[in-house]
Amino acid sequence: MIHLIEQIINGLQLGFVYALIALGYTMVYGIIRLINFAHGDVFMIGAFVGYFGFAVWGLPWPVAILVSMAVCALVGMAIERLAYRPLRKKGAPNIAALITAIGVSLFIEYFTSLKFVFGPNYRVVERPFADKLFHLGPINISSVQLLVMGVVLVLVAGLQFIVYRTKVGKAMRAVSHDRDAARLMGIDVDRVISYTFAIGSALAAAAGVLFALAYPQISPFMGIMPGLKAFTAAVLGGIGSIPGALLGAVLMGQAETLTAAYITTDFRDAIAFGILILVLMVRPAGLLGKAGPEKV
Amino acid sequence: MKRIAAGILAFTMFAAAGCSGTQSGTTGSTSGTGASQGQTVKIGFIAPLTGDAKTYGESAKKGFDLALEQAGNKAGNFTVAVTTGDDRNDPTEGVNLATKMITQNQVKAIVGAVTSSVTIPVSEVANSSKIVMITPTGTAAKATVDDKGARKPFAFRAPFIDPFQGQVAAKFAIENLKVKTAAVLYDKGNDYSVGLMEEFQKTFIAKGGTVVTSLSYGKDDTDFSAIMTNVAAKKPDMIYLPDYYNKVSLIAKAAKAKGLTVPLVGADGWDSADLDTAALDGGYFTNHYSADDPSPAVQKFVKDYEAKYKVKPDSFAALGYDATNMLLEAIKQADSSDSEKIRAALQGLKDFAAVGGKLSFDQNGNPIKAAAILQVQAGKGYKFITSVQP
Repeated sequence: MIHLIEQIINGLQLGFVYALIALGYTMVYGIIRLINFAHGDVFMIGAFVGYFGFAVWGLPWPVAILVSMAVCALVGMAIERLAYRPLRKKGAPNIAALITAIGVSLFIEYFTSLKFVFGPNYRVVERPFADKLFHLGPINISSVQLLVMGVVLVLVAGLQFIVYRTKVGKAMRAVSHDRDAARLMGIDVDRVISYTFAIGSALAAAAGVLFALAYPQISPFMGIMPGLKAFTAAVLGGIGSIPGALLGAVLMGQAETLTAAYITTDFRDAIAFGILILVLMVRPAGLLGKAGPEKV
Repeated sequence: MKRIAAGILAFTMFAAAGCSGTQSGTTGSTSGTGASQGQTVKIGFIAPLTGDAKTYGESAKKGFDLALEQAGNKAGNFTVAVTTGDDRNDPTEGVNLATKMITQNQVKAIVGAVTSSVTIPVSEVANSSKIVMITPTGTAAKATVDDKGARKPFAFRAPFIDPFQGQVAAKFAIENLKVKTAAVLYDKGNDYSVGLMEEFQKTFIAKGGTVVTSLSYGKDDTDFSAIMTNVAAKKPDMIYLPDYYNKVSLIAKAAKAKGLTVPLVGADGWDSADLDTAALDGGYFTNHYSADDPSPAVQKFVKDYEAKYKVKPDSFAALGYDATNMLLEAIKQADSSDSEKIRAALQGLKDFAAVGGKLSFDQNGNPIKAAAILQVQAGKGYKFITSVQP
């Protein structure tokens, strides 16, 4: 039983990191119906900037997370401005935007693996704080797990506040609901899209830093698998839905961890993705998604 | 238009072929001028001297050159003439070189190739032409046996094969670390990791130990928290991690995060400048050789090598040196330039004093010799602990 609780905490650690990435996928999809495949690479850049922050520039880790979020917010806005907006202005079909997203993703991966950028090799991340085990009765929780879960909860609360309590959030919801109507109401749609990319990318950056702290090894290709899994989580929860992304990510984390813990590590991805297929067969729009015509 | 394109393509291919031909052309150098008895034996050396495995080839060649220099280019009554070729770590190129050396240069024995992927096809060529081949560093089992497991009688190697390290690690764990239980973690998609895991378990159990859990993971896995929670629950005395340096660094951190402080034991995949020595501090691994081994044979080799090249020899250099010396010894004992007689002498070598310890060959052409056990020290590298005989 205690063992089970510890494994669930392991799964939460993983699921919470996926959740931060999944939020970016789902927000961008909610607003412009685009799967931003470069999102996993923004996550990777976030991990590197955070690593440089606390390991090279000597910043305290909370500051390093904030710096990384700020840098990636700019990166996200730049990607949208340079790659996606010109296509949108020309009324390109969605498939063109999707392929562009894959192109941007590959470009970032191979550009950052050049020697004068991040380099192609793994880097080992030294945690800027001591590893400690906390004992809650018989249950062991490590300092990294507490940190990951704490930071994610704060960020998700912050996101809730922005989306439901601020003008920008209201505009985002309006654009997501009906882009043309929002424009008629005087909302600057391009700016709202830009903000959405900024917020999503900042969350991915935080996820990147947390991932680097929890699984301390970073490389330019580290974003591929977590990106794919977070995307899966977003689809599982219902893409476009923020609570759905959170739910999907937590489920993915649990599925992976519990499979590894109680069945066999050989099946961890097979079962996690198998669950996705089963859920989509029953609820094609995802657990919390709204059924409607899809335009991917 | 199409025809022009095809013409250009053909021309480029031709030109490219021409280029590679000149680049990798063998450079024959007949050393040892006045062979008094007029007896010369030709040997070839094949290694990647350019390309992605260049440093391996360079080290092996330095060991090869040093061995020949010390022998004065002589093997008994024979003067040794050397033909060197660069395989660029390309199996096709390796086969071309081997064929050329055997048919045109008429070598009787080949030292090479260095990487397993080139060594396997080269061993096929050498074996079918009945020419002795000894690879300094090819560890894949198939370098000396064919797909069905039958020996290629003319193929030998200087390093121990991968699974052997598993036996040594188990022996070291039981006899030196005095552990009773072990957990084993391995990459299910990596033959190296799986091979070591199987041999370790077999030997560990045979010596009275208990493997409490054996868990696999995938090449791209980064989250080991679930695995480590399971391992911690079994309270093993040690954890065996037969994988490459980047993965074991990650696993070691996950182990520490779960409060596991038992010894970690691994294999030569740990041997890298990029190993996270802080995370693996205190861990042990098996290796081919250590420059810090106090045995006189090792220290003499290190001193001679440093005097000639001004750098410390790595495993590739040591194995290149050993492979060459074994071949020279076999030629001397055979007292013949006939490759069948050289083969028989090589197979019959008993307790040959090499850098890697006293060597003999088993029925598959693999050396029976000691492995070095090294301990990782945070921030410093490795410390030589002991050498273990199988």
